[in-house]
Amino acid sequence: MLHLVLFLVFGAICVAGAINLLVQSHPISSALSLVVVMASLAVEYLLLGAEFVAAVQVIVYAGAVMVLFVFVIMLLNAGVEERTKGSRVALILGIPGVLAGGLLVAWVLIERTGTATVGLGALPGFPKTIGNLLFHDFLLPFEVTSVLVLIAIMGAVVLASRPEPKNPEKES
Amino acid sequence: MLSLPIFLVASVVKIVLVIFILLTAVAYTVWLERKVVGHMQNRWGPSRVGPFGLLQPLADGVKFLLKEDLTPPHVYRPLFIAAPMIAVICALTSISVIPFGTAIPVAGHIIPLQITDLNIGLLVILGVTSIGVYGVALAGWSSNSKYSLLGGLRASAQMVSYEICLGLSLVGVLIVSGSFSLQQIVESQRGYFWGFIPKWNIFYGCQFVAFFIYLMAAYAETNRIPFDLPEAETELVAGYHTEYSAMKFAMFFMAEYANMITVACLATILFLGGGNGPLFGPPLLRLILPTFYFVAKVFVFLFTYIWVRGTLPRFRYDQLMAFGWKFLFPLAIANLVVTALVVAYRS
Repeated sequence: MLHLVLFLVFGAICVAGAINLLVQSHPISSALSLVVVMASLAVEYLLLGAEFVAAVQVIVYAGAVMVLFVFVIMLLNAGVEERTKGSRVALILGIPGVLAGGLLVAWVLIERTGTATVGLGALPGFPKTIGNLLFHDFLLPFEVTSVLVLIAIMGAVVLASRPEPKNPEKES
Repeated sequence: MLSLPIFLVASVVKIVLVIFILLTAVAYTVWLERKVVGHMQNRWGPSRVGPFGLLQPLADGVKFLLKEDLTPPHVYRPLFIAAPMIAVICALTSISVIPFGTAIPVAGHIIPLQITDLNIGLLVILGVTSIGVYGVALAGWSSNSKYSLLGGLRASAQMVSYEICLGLSLVGVLIVSGSFSLQQIVESQRGYFWGFIPKWNIFYGCQFVAFFIYLMAAYAETNRIPFDLPEAETELVAGYHTEYSAMKFAMFFMAEYANMITVACLATILFLGGGNGPLFGPPLLRLILPTFYFVAKVFVFLFTYIWVRGTLPRFRYDQLMAFGWKFLFPLAIANLVVTALVVAYRS
């Protein structure tokens, strides 16, 4: 009972944070709303029984990724976003699109899993179980993902590094 | 198992007690630091209020409470007020999974000397401290002053960089102990190697390398000399808390010292055997001794903090980053690989 109440409360906080993320006009406020979304997602994982995933969610997303977001926003000193009225195309196509997408996801979820959903506290939460899954059952996908991340890092380094100036006198 | 009412009462009592002891310890760590650094620099340190200046923390507390709480007009108010709260809440929360000693029997119930024992205890501490970065970063940004902003930027870059080394240095210990629960990590360090060397993790294989990495990363994480660039007073006035005054400033101070104590507790548990030590004497003494050993080890670690502060100069910022990424990080990975190989070979 307490689990269910907490689950609903933090689900509401998560959605409210996501809406606030879109509504806020200042980048820092938006980034902090995203931190709230990440943190409440971690609580949802915890309530589902995936305690290791919850802790990793907080450490990686709320603690590292979002700190870097905030860092970049602070460094660039991004100003307040300009408000526009929004385009009519987005209004006409957007709302039906979102509704259709939501319905599709709901339909797939119901079709694939039936009415049965994961019970509260039913996910395998122990670090040992997760380790076995990651490094034994799903070793190949895990390694492929790590190579993918490595490629992304190398791409970022290439994009971020300035090309060597060919003619130093002209550059300055 | 405890019944629900007893569990609630025991938990509330433990939480109040731990917070009270932690805050007192914070106050007296400040006193110890001023006193020890004073003697290292041929001064007396606080000596007027009470014997040996022992009541100085009380006087400081009263001063912080009574001072005018200025909010400069150019700050972003919501975050300016929230930032010190985030810092202090995160600093006080992370103490909750630390085991201070063995379980003690109280009125027929076995009460563990720990607010709660989670099987992801270590990850909880890492997670909470990683959230604590926001307190410093947002304080720097919301103050809307160049010194604060630079301090906040430095702090967030430094803490994110050194958190990686900190985490990696702990993985070796986790491989050796095979658990995330701090209680079980302490439990696994009971006994002796060859009958006389305590079976602490620091003596296990090359874990002293991990301890060295942890020590460096911990100094950087708590923004202490030699890595106190976020508040380098010679260049940044006071860094991220330049614009803060009265109790809000005190909250940053409390957060810093509470973090120091948490880091010292963690080092004690992970590397120095927690409350393990020779037990002797009557049953009552046997119950108290583990807590005594724990506090003594934490004290030694805190004293080292202060000693280093009195001895070393400050790094330059590029030196700090190079040290973290080009020296500590490869060293931590090498230690991890060697530890994993040793454990795999032995099992």
